[in-house]
Amino acid sequence: MTNKAIIVEKLSKTFNGFKAVDEISFEVGRGEIFGFLGANGAGKTTAMKMLCGLSMPSSGKATVAGFDIYQENESIKKNIGYMSQKFSLYEDLTIRENIRFYAGIYGIRPDIIKTKTVQLLTQLSLEKEADQLVGQLPLGWKQKLAFSVAIFHDPQIVFLDEPTGGVDPITRRDFWNMIYDATAKGITVFVTTHYMDEAEYCDRVSIMVDGQIDALDTPGNLKRLYQAESMDQVFLQIARKAKRTE
Amino acid sequence: MKQFYHFILKEFYHIFRDRKTLLILLGMPMAQIIIFGFALSNEVKNAHITIVNESNGAASVQLVQKIEASKYFELYNQSTRTADIEKMFKKGVIKVALVIPSDFDKTILAQNNSRLQIIADATDPNVATTLTAYLSIIIADFQKEINQLNTVPYTIDLETRMMYNPQLKGAYNFVPGVMAMVLLLVCTMMTSLTIVREKELGNMEILLASPVNPLIIILAKAVPYLILSIINIITILLLSYFVLDVPINGSLILLFAVSILFILVSLSLGLLISSVTDSQKSAMFISLIVMFLPTVMFSGFIFPIENMPLPLRTISNIIPAKWYFIIVKSVMIKGLGFKLIWKEVLILTGMMLFLFSMAIKKFKIRLS
Repeated sequence: MTNKAIIVEKLSKTFNGFKAVDEISFEVGRGEIFGFLGANGAGKTTAMKMLCGLSMPSSGKATVAGFDIYQENESIKKNIGYMSQKFSLYEDLTIRENIRFYAGIYGIRPDIIKTKTVQLLTQLSLEKEADQLVGQLPLGWKQKLAFSVAIFHDPQIVFLDEPTGGVDPITRRDFWNMIYDATAKGITVFVTTHYMDEAEYCDRVSIMVDGQIDALDTPGNLKRLYQAESMDQVFLQIARKAKRTE
Repeated sequence: MKQFYHFILKEFYHIFRDRKTLLILLGMPMAQIIIFGFALSNEVKNAHITIVNESNGAASVQLVQKIEASKYFELYNQSTRTADIEKMFKKGVIKVALVIPSDFDKTILAQNNSRLQIIADATDPNVATTLTAYLSIIIADFQKEINQLNTVPYTIDLETRMMYNPQLKGAYNFVPGVMAMVLLLVCTMMTSLTIVREKELGNMEILLASPVNPLIIILAKAVPYLILSIINIITILLLSYFVLDVPINGSLILLFAVSILFILVSLSLGLLISSVTDSQKSAMFISLIVMFLPTVMFSGFIFPIENMPLPLRTISNIIPAKWYFIIVKSVMIKGLGFKLIWKEVLILTGMMLFLFSMAIKKFKIRLS
């Protein structure tokens, strides 16, 4: 095993002649928080879906958690967590039922599910709400819970697709604290976001434009390179080059 | 297997939390049986008839009394004249009129060729045909009675026997029809809706990114509806047996076995629909328009297939409900065994295998 969580080489995805993802290459180290930025339609979600095994690449090579994305799809799925931009818990199930369901489909033993559920509920201070329907929770809590559920099975890598959309700044701050906690446990975080202040929290960020990666470095280096004060300005300079619109 | 258990548990939570839908699913068969059993019926009873009796002899009075005594007719207006008939039809107060000409009593005794006229309101052709048929039978019966007095050179005695349904009850026909309809609605529509909902809410992506086999996801969706449908069959059979007096002449086990086969066909159809659509709206549209309507029209439950032109008769063969309807009628009403329905069972099995494999194939294509 290498110390790389994700290795991508010239990965492409073509839909009917349209290159959604155009020969991208990058590496993500273990325990790293990797920000995957890009304007709408730049190909972020498509790239992410290929890495999660939701979509077959057209060409190129990639390994996720040391497993080949063509050959060892099933092993990858066991070792990753995924949280999509759409809210993904069942609103008509209680918090406890949601946790048990998702833990159950990852094949975790019932006794372990029980002890970990207690831990998790204490961490989130949701003990009292454990038997409430998820639909009744405020959005911020739902997102935090969804993240906790996505890493409940201790995956090597967690993919977060715009996890903080529509959430207030305080909750976003809490959310990022949870992400840091996860990396402290050795989980690699691969995150897409629209919020440039969040890009600053990442160890490294890549910026996709028209299916290609235009910039990839630490937020500090990128700001120096583009002589910008914030990631927001960096992003604007790069994303303006985009020719295709959604 | 553990994963499968967790999935089924989750599906049951979904179903039980949505009380209204559950109530509809379980209440629908009862409502349908009761509506069809008591409100909708193609039997004609107490139809209003008027009789113009211009003869008024002993024989004609006897005929009028005979008609009056029948439960199918109710005499409207004792002394009608020929001129009034059309007015009555226009007002809609009568369905049928019988005209007894003035020479009726004379001819019936002397010449043996008396004439009667039946006039029926054919705006509803089925009712008109039925009523004239009833009336003809009564008249024929009356003729026989008269003939006992006279000696006629020869007579043909018709003895009609209505096999399997001597009382000509409509329930014998619609109970199998309601079974097909309810199973189709619950299985096909609900299964497709619930899978498409997971897609709409974004949960499907999470599930597909997990190590769960996609086959487990869709099979787990089908199991709760299989169970609900079995409960529905039991409700329908109990209601029809105890409330509508429809017998179950064949083997109950066979009846359940073929019903489960039909449920599997419907579930596969639902899975297929959910594999090719992305929104609950279109899933609903396809289930109702593309599938439910043809089922009502082509299953033979409301419109007899034998009367359809060849192209429509050919189409009816691809409607699963048609075969199920035939099987249920054969087993439940005629009491036939497996030997006499194996062909239909084979067709349904083939349909199930085809639909299920199509559903799986489509589901996998969407993953890439």
